[in-house]
Order: sequence, then structure tokens, then C-alpha cells
Amino acid sequence: MTGLTRGSVRPNQWLRNLNAKIASIPMILTALVIFVGGTAWTVVYSFTNSKLLPRLKFVGLDQYERLWEAPRWIISIQNLAVFGFFSLIFSLVIGFVLAALMDQKIRFENTFRTIMLYPFALSFIVTGLVWQWLLNPQYGIQSIVRSLGWESFSFDPLYDSDIVIYGILIAALWQGTGLVMCLMLAGLRGIDEDIWKAARVDGIPMWKTYVLIIIPMMRGVIITTLVIIASGIVKVYDLVVAQTSGGPGIASEVPAKYVYDYMFLAQNLGQGFAASTMMLLTVAIIIVPWAYLEFGGGRKRG
Amino acid sequence: MDNLANKSALKLDEAEDTRIKAGPRGSKPRSALSRRNIIVYGTLILVAVYYLLPLYVMIVTSLKGMPEIRVGNIFAPPLEITFEPWVKAWAEACTGLNCDGLSRGFWNSVRITVPSVLISIAVASVNGYALANWRFKGADLFFTILIIGAFIPYQVMIYPIVIVLRELGVYGTLTGLVIVHTIFGMPILTLLFRNYFAGLPEELFKAARVDGAGFWTIYLKIMLPMSLPIFVVAMILQVTGIWNDFLFGVVFTRPEYYPMTVQLNNIVNSVQGVKEYNVNMAATILTGLVPLTVYFVSGRLFVRGIAAGAVKG
Repeated sequence: MTGLTRGSVRPNQWLRNLNAKIASIPMILTALVIFVGGTAWTVVYSFTNSKLLPRLKFVGLDQYERLWEAPRWIISIQNLAVFGFFSLIFSLVIGFVLAALMDQKIRFENTFRTIMLYPFALSFIVTGLVWQWLLNPQYGIQSIVRSLGWESFSFDPLYDSDIVIYGILIAALWQGTGLVMCLMLAGLRGIDEDIWKAARVDGIPMWKTYVLIIIPMMRGVIITTLVIIASGIVKVYDLVVAQTSGGPGIASEVPAKYVYDYMFLAQNLGQGFAASTMMLLTVAIIIVPWAYLEFGGGRKRG
Repeated sequence: MDNLANKSALKLDEAEDTRIKAGPRGSKPRSALSRRNIIVYGTLILVAVYYLLPLYVMIVTSLKGMPEIRVGNIFAPPLEITFEPWVKAWAEACTGLNCDGLSRGFWNSVRITVPSVLISIAVASVNGYALANWRFKGADLFFTILIIGAFIPYQVMIYPIVIVLRELGVYGTLTGLVIVHTIFGMPILTLLFRNYFAGLPEELFKAARVDGAGFWTIYLKIMLPMSLPIFVVAMILQVTGIWNDFLFGVVFTRPEYYPMTVQLNNIVNSVQGVKEYNVNMAATILTGLVPLTVYFVSGRLFVRGIAAGAVKG
């Protein structure tokens, strides 16, 4: 790699392409200082007993032990698991069915797509507040059904700690399924028309073609969608803040809210760092196998 | 497809007939009221109603007076339309001690969104251009880190950023928040621009190089004018994303600079006073209005933006 062997064409490796390097300084800083540095910093400080201010006094796994003994964290994790499981299943299934319907060469496709996707343009705060109002037991859906004659009807997820997470799930699905539908539709459109013709010639019924041929062919799109939904689920925060503020009690707490509350409200930084490191671990468990499948196996770019 | 046959023999004949005439190419003609059509359109219309209902309820609620809300049901159209809740939400609603309404949050959001969008796009487009056309040693490594970083939960990096901003003396200010938005917009935008520039014909770039144009000249004179569509896509992505942000607004600004989403949440979820659902809904619509307008105006470009964001190159 010495300059001499390369001859005199390239006088200095560092000055080559200097403008491109200068232009990339923001990217390099972000990648190294914030993404690598910041993450490492948080992980390191999660092993300290920092309270109001970060201090480098190591206490081993103390913070993690306390974290996993905290009822609030346990509830947060349970909520995340339930919410994550159902939103993955429902958004994939609903998204796919909607995409399949949209793919039937229908009229007004643009109108339908516009309607299904508009909630995605709204913030989680707006989504949460609308559904808070719709699920209001005194005026919302529950009271409507009751006024129609079904007096004993009960559906007030936001005030029932057992089912509050499903109330949040409804809002999240309303906001996000449009996106899944769009991704799936793009996947469906990427499939060769000839496959459909061949299936039709062979007399395979439509649903069977979807299940046995199309879905396996869309493996890539489905996995990418899964990763996108999953990494969004781990971050869920605003929606809960707006819709329930974690209530009733602590019944709808989620990890991201735990982190924020301990870092900025309870002034117990160590707990916040430990909790956020657990979040990082969760994402890593989702992302690493996917990245390995997608980019591994020697076919790396660049 | 088979359902078509079940309905009526007459219709089947018609369908068969036209299909033979049209040949195997093109879509199969169908009668408007076949069972298949009823199922497909019926489901889609039901779904569309479900998606539209919350928007409808929001609008209807915001136009009613409180007495009407207390006695009526949320789906009923207003008996007496009033715009008072809108005025109140915009100019009088209280957060803490301030009672100047959402307008404060709106202008804060404007002051946050405009510079954040411009700066993040400027930085990321130059980055993407350098990555696509002027690759240097190590560039791909940084880019890979950047893309992986997009998946790291923000909560992991928030506190170190607070420290960095405090050291720079911009913690709690609008400048600080603009920096944060630029940082977190970078992965997706850089990817977007890199892929777009890499798709442009290389001959153009080479010809300009032969003519002696340098890094910035090529960017400004050739790449920029050719890439307006992708800039629009990036703009849509960033305007909606930054306007809708809540977490960064809450963490990195002082209360007087709170963006609209944060202020909206504080207004609606404040525990003091009587709940005014009509004012709350008016405030909610007002906050959603900017991204909704962007969405309805941009149409297909919005879809393209999120698809580009979602599907990795």
C-alpha cells in the first residue's frame, strides 16, 4: 500500500478525492460519534450506578438485576410481547389480504389506496388521541352499541388493565396496515404475470395459487416487511403516551417509556441505560439474523 | 375465477364469448355484479369506511358544542355547527400556565421543520452523491454503519446526544433539535440519494469529469437539476417525519420551543379542568393537517418515498 509502488499518478492517498471526504464528514461523524460512540457509551454506563448525572462507578450487573425485579419493567416487556406478537400477525395478514384484493385489477385503486394509507401520514400522537376518543366508554363505541339496545355491551379497553394493550393495538393497526398493504402490493406486482397464467391453465384455484405459489415467492418482501414492523414495535412510545399515558396504573407501560421516564423524570440514569441496552439487544436479536440472511453468504456489496 | 360460473348460465356465456374474441391476452371481462366483484368491492368499501371513520368522528366532534356531545353519539353529524372549538384550540387552549393555544406549537413546528428539512436534505444529498460517484476508501464502511444505525432504538443514543449538545451549548434550543433531526434523517436520506445517483447514467458524470468539472460543479450543475423528483420525495418524507416527531421534541427542547405534537398531547392529556372533547378534536385535526395536506397533494410520490424508505437497495 505504499505510494511508491503505485507510481507517480497518485501523489497522496489522503488528498485524493478530498472534496468527497469533506462532504462525507457529517456522515462519518454521525456514524462514528453518534451511532457507534453513543451506543457504546450507553452500554458502558449501564453498568454504573449513575443517578442524576452519569458517573463512571461500576456496579456490575446491578442495574440489570434491579431492572428485571421491577414490576413495571416486567409489565412493559409483557406488553411489548403481546403487542408485538399480535401486531406482527395482524398487520401481515390484513396487509396481505388487502393487497391481494387491490391486485384484482379493480377500479378506483388509487382512491382505495389513498384511504388506506392516510393514517400512516398522521403522527402517533394524533392516532392515539383519536382512538382515545373513539374508545371513550362514556361517549365512544361502547355507548353507541349500548344505545342501540345491547345494554350489557362492554368494551372499554383504555380503562381495563387486562385488555388495555389491545386498545393500543387497534390504534396501531389502523395507523400501520396501510403501509404493509403498500409493501405487499409492490411485492405482488413484482411477480411475473406468466405465473398466474400458468396456474390458471393448470386449473389451480386462486386461493391455492396465493398460498402455495405467490406467498413463497414473496419471501423477500415479507421478511423485509417483518423486520420493518418489528423494529418499529420495539420503539413504540408516542402512541402509548398519547392514548393512555401508560395507564390505567402501569398496565400499558412499554420499554421505550420506561427508558424515557427513568432518564428524564425519575433521574435514575443507570436504570434508563440498562433498559435502553435491553431494547438494543431486542433489536439486535431481530436484525442480526435478517442481515445475515440478506447480506451474508459472501455476496457483500463494496 | 370459478365463482363466475356459479351465478348464471347466461352471464357465463357472455363472458366466455367475449373472452374467446379477445384472445388470451388482456384481463378477463367480467359482469359488474358477479359474486367475485361483490366480495372484492364489498370488502374494500367496508375497509375504507373503517379507515375513514376516525377522521369523520374527529371532524364531526370538533364542530359540535359540548352540550351536544354529552347527549348525542359520536357518529351523529352536528345539529348546530360551531367553529368555536377550532378558535379555542388555535388561540386559547391551555398548557400549564400558557393559554395562547396551539398556535404557539404550530409556529414552533414550522421553525423546527423548515430548517431541519433543508439542512438534512442538503447534507444527505451531498453524502449520497459522494458515495455514488466519488467512492473513497472506507466510505462503504461508514455507510454500512449508518444503515445499521437506523435500526438502533433512539432511546439508546438519546442521552449521549444530550451531552454532546450540552457541550456545544445548544441543548434545549431549536438549533439543537435541527441537528438531531439532521442526524436521524441521515441514514434513510443518504440511502435514497445514493441509490438514485447510482442509477443515473455514468457517461454524464464521466463527460463532465473530462471537461474538467470538479466535485461541487458536477453536483450543482449536473446532479441537482437532474434529480428534482428524488428531492421532492425526500422533502415529503422529511416534512411528515419531522412534523410528526414527538420524542425528540420532548427530549431536546425547552417548553417554550415545544413542537405542535408535544403541545397537543399536553393540551389533551392535561388533568386539570373539564375535558372539552370538541376542542381536543379540533386541536388534533389542526396538528394532523400539515402532514395530511402533504399526503393528499403528493399522492403517488408519498408512496414512493415510504417504499424507498422501506425496501433496502
